[in-house]
Amino acid sequence: MAGGSSSSTAPAPSLVDSLFQRSLDDLIKSLRSQPAGAEPTLLSRALAEIRREIRSSDPDTKAIALQKLTYLSSLHGLDASWAAFHALELLPSPSPLHKRLAYLAASLSFHPSTTDVLPLSTHQLRKDLSPSSPPPFSSLALHLLSLSASPDLARHLAPDLLPLLSSRSSPPSPLRPKAAAAALRALSVCPDVVPHLFKPLVDCLSSPDPRVVSAAVGAFAELASSGDPSSYLPLAPEFYRLLADSRSNWILIKLLKIFARLAPLEPRLAARLVDPLCDLLRRSSAQSLVFECVRTVFSGLPDHDGAVRLAVDKVKDFLASADDPNLRYLGLRALSMLGPRHSWAVEESREAVIRSLADPDPNIRREALRLIMGMVFDSNVFEISILLVNYALKSDPIFANEILDAVLTTCGRNVYELIVDFDWYVSLLGEMARNPHCTRGEEIERQLVDIGLRVRDARPELVRVARDLLIDPALLGNPFLCRILSAAAWVSGEYVEFSRNPLELVEALLQPRTSLLPPLVRAVYIQAVFKVLVFCFNTYIDRLEISRLSSLGNSTTGGASSIIESKSTAAASCIADGTTGIESNDGIAIGDKPASLFSSIENKDPFTCESLTNMLILIETAVDPLAENDEVEVQERTRNVLGLIHMLREIPTWKTEEQGFIKDNRIGEIVNLLQSMFSEELGPVSVNAQKRVPVPEGLVLEENLANLAWTLAEDDTAPFMSISFSLRSHQHGETKDNAASSVQSTSLLAEHRKRHGLYYLPAEKDGTESNDYPRANDPLLPASQGDVSEDLVKLTDQSLIPRKVKHTKPRPVVIKLDEGDGVSTSPSTTVKESKDDLLSGAIHDVLLGKERKPSSSQKKYSDKSSRRRVKDVSDNGESVSLSKEKLDLGDREHRSSGSRRSKHRSHGKERHTSPQKNDEKEEKNHRNSTRSSHHHERHKHRQRGEALLDVAPQAPVIQDFLL
Amino acid sequence: MIHFVILISRQGKVRLTKWYSPYSQKERTKVIRELSGMILTRGPKLCNFVEWKGYKVVYRRYASLYFCMCIDADDNELEILEIIHHFVEILDRYFGSVCELDLIFNFHKAYYILDEILIAGELQESSKKTVARLIAAQDSLVETAKEQASSISNMIAQATK
Repeated sequence: MAGGSSSSTAPAPSLVDSLFQRSLDDLIKSLRSQPAGAEPTLLSRALAEIRREIRSSDPDTKAIALQKLTYLSSLHGLDASWAAFHALELLPSPSPLHKRLAYLAASLSFHPSTTDVLPLSTHQLRKDLSPSSPPPFSSLALHLLSLSASPDLARHLAPDLLPLLSSRSSPPSPLRPKAAAAALRALSVCPDVVPHLFKPLVDCLSSPDPRVVSAAVGAFAELASSGDPSSYLPLAPEFYRLLADSRSNWILIKLLKIFARLAPLEPRLAARLVDPLCDLLRRSSAQSLVFECVRTVFSGLPDHDGAVRLAVDKVKDFLASADDPNLRYLGLRALSMLGPRHSWAVEESREAVIRSLADPDPNIRREALRLIMGMVFDSNVFEISILLVNYALKSDPIFANEILDAVLTTCGRNVYELIVDFDWYVSLLGEMARNPHCTRGEEIERQLVDIGLRVRDARPELVRVARDLLIDPALLGNPFLCRILSAAAWVSGEYVEFSRNPLELVEALLQPRTSLLPPLVRAVYIQAVFKVLVFCFNTYIDRLEISRLSSLGNSTTGGASSIIESKSTAAASCIADGTTGIESNDGIAIGDKPASLFSSIENKDPFTCESLTNMLILIETAVDPLAENDEVEVQERTRNVLGLIHMLREIPTWKTEEQGFIKDNRIGEIVNLLQSMFSEELGPVSVNAQKRVPVPEGLVLEENLANLAWTLAEDDTAPFMSISFSLRSHQHGETKDNAASSVQSTSLLAEHRKRHGLYYLPAEKDGTESNDYPRANDPLLPASQGDVSEDLVKLTDQSLIPRKVKHTKPRPVVIKLDEGDGVSTSPSTTVKESKDDLLSGAIHDVLLGKERKPSSSQKKYSDKSSRRRVKDVSDNGESVSLSKEKLDLGDREHRSSGSRRSKHRSHGKERHTSPQKNDEKEEKNHRNSTRSSHHHERHKHRQRGEALLDVAPQAPVIQDFLL
Repeated sequence: MIHFVILISRQGKVRLTKWYSPYSQKERTKVIRELSGMILTRGPKLCNFVEWKGYKVVYRRYASLYFCMCIDADDNELEILEIIHHFVEILDRYFGSVCELDLIFNFHKAYYILDEILIAGELQESSKKTVARLIAAQDSLVETAKEQASSISNMIAQATK
């Protein structure tokens, strides 16, 4: 104890000290009158004073010092754990004043696991709990026990709780409710005490005193919600009786909480609950009770349509209450408890839900957003996303980004499983990027590139969107958007063959304001320029070649144009077929679309000798200063571009005459080589790809490099990094080679691809497509800034509910790699759901009699709820110790219990024929209990099948216990 | 269950803290800082619930004081609002139109009252009368003890010990 050791050196407090001790009031006054900023010094002085006074032998001085310390620790956050021993010293004091202060100090500062003097309090607590001590003292002891019960303390003191809790003591103790609460805490920290305390706690349920019943019901509600509820199923008849009899809303709410847990376990119980619940829903005027009913219906009885209907009507009332934000909030929460099965309920309240998006309260808005996103299906994702993205334009920055987040995660979930029309989605992404509040650049960047890699059909639209983004000088100044622009630049360079006007693209990529971009993004821009440049020359040369051929031969225009098509789309076909592309110049039939695209280019014909010359000049002037850039990436890429331009310039003929291109074959060769280099398609890389590469024989990786293991391990951690990394490194590696060696690199690539074909994606042909859907950025929305929510509501005429949509075109192929792919995009389900899953899993385990192994998810759960860390322990312990208890009780009440139990084990189904004690208590309710738990038993039998023999003892335990 | 009860003034000063789940002193300070940042910034006429780390915090403002209680996600928020109101009414009755200063100078009494209403994070006494009676009984017990202690013979005995 820190206090003890430090105080041994300080002078002992004198009588003067205690005579002139500052009282609590003095301390508070001095703290209140202090000038601002002087508090720390004042506090430390007061603390030093307390440290001295608290060691006084005079109980008054000690008590006042302790009181001051309690004040400082609870309201000023000072640490009081050092004084735990001094609080203990005062506990036995005969003076109620001192005792009260000591208990207060102890209950505020003791911590069940870190207070090491806690065991020393056992004796005093026992003394104060004994029936002979005055009730106020026992009450204090119960409080301390309920707050700082460690497992040991609970175990030692459980027998002492018994007289306070038991109905046998006459008259029943006035502290019975408090004892019930303390017993709850003892049960949850230490399952060993179940044999002592569980039975008396159950007896409390039938007490005539409503306070006792309330405390007991509260305790069971807590136990059922924190542990496995199936253990409490046998008590259901008792709870049901209380539900029918009780008039107290406090008790009813707790009972409903219990039933919400029990009803899913036992269909017959659920059926019986419908009537009383509907009755309460109709009758009660207390909103808290009505809300609890609604929640119980939604979570416990979702199959009973009548009850759900009634509850949904109540929720509508909640949502409509204009003056109470609490009810609106809770209404939204309640609706989101209903699964997709009841999406009609959300549909009915659509207007109110959409209106809530514009609520002044951010919590309500968030709840509405969550609810809406929970109702998204592939049939309505279109309307909902448009609605939300448009709404994000008008809302405040924080919420706008929350909306964008929600839309991005929902649409990107599980490799875009909801998206059918990628053209639309891509333009929606562009739309989001233009939101002035958008700070989600990284995710949009990732999705743009990812869609480019995965969805072949979306590429033309992707390029169009990218062009629109690149060309807008206003976007360049926004630091949040540079990631998106980087993706746009990459997309337009990589898929330049879909571009309508590559020259315009070059201008956009080199516009002066690009100097605002960070260096790495500029590097991507320059690389894109490089690709576009190569593409332009290649197309131009191909076209010259063709026109030469056609002028030489019988110039039938049709033939020529078909050759043009096949030539100019060679690049595209390379990609489509996944071949290396150099030899594929003879042309392969391909879908109509790229061809039509190119014929439109042909009409405008941007590729003239003059335009190309201008482009070269433009590139040279814009890029030249960057050759000396400090950033290596920028510098290197710039030099690549400049190198190519110089190489082209060195060939003199091209400037003078068009035919120079043809005459000097070198240009053709160079450009062809470069083009073929870029036409190799980049695909997404599986997270697990690295693992699948077999280690060549004779390669010893660990030796001498063992200490670098962490470096390797790091690589596997970021799945999406791996994609972008592979892109960059590809480009990087390739561009470093000059034209001469690129043949080699291409053939190497081809060979590599042949060898490791497994890791590349099979290329597939795509279907045709049409643009029947309206674009996301079509001005659907009236731009008026009037009543936002009115507009919103109007917008959603047909949204929110999943409906049959005739897909005018098939969903394009989305490349998925394997199981591991897309894992990180999968959404985290809400806490509530995962909780339920875990719980049901736990119940299932118990039913099957399996060992409960802490699965990773379970571990996560217990981590999360560290405040209830004892839960799992108590679950296991309870079922075990319940059987122990059963023995105890059996001995007391039944001689034949033991033999009966063994009979049960062998003939589980015959149990009801065994003669029961004909108690006078055997009323209707109890008969119910036999029946319902019996039914439950059978239910379990069905599930269990072969495992029956192993687990049978567990169920009769509960059964017997009730009777 | 209720995990903790905090009373914060509008200026962010803590007026009462009660922890029904084990938190270390460090965690307590952190929780208070986070929550006062979240709650005090919320305007009037907004809902009384805040989500916080998988829990829910129900708060209500009375004059310059915010009464906050932290509960599990599946607990009943409206019930907690009623408990808060219950607590405030009892304080009001005990102190006679309670104000912040009453709680500052009688912080221990506020604790005693809270302890009669809540135990182990559960409501245990829903009758205002009973709470008032219990508190009065305890107070009179303490008063008689005080009187005894301050009687002259006792003082002499103390001084000459």
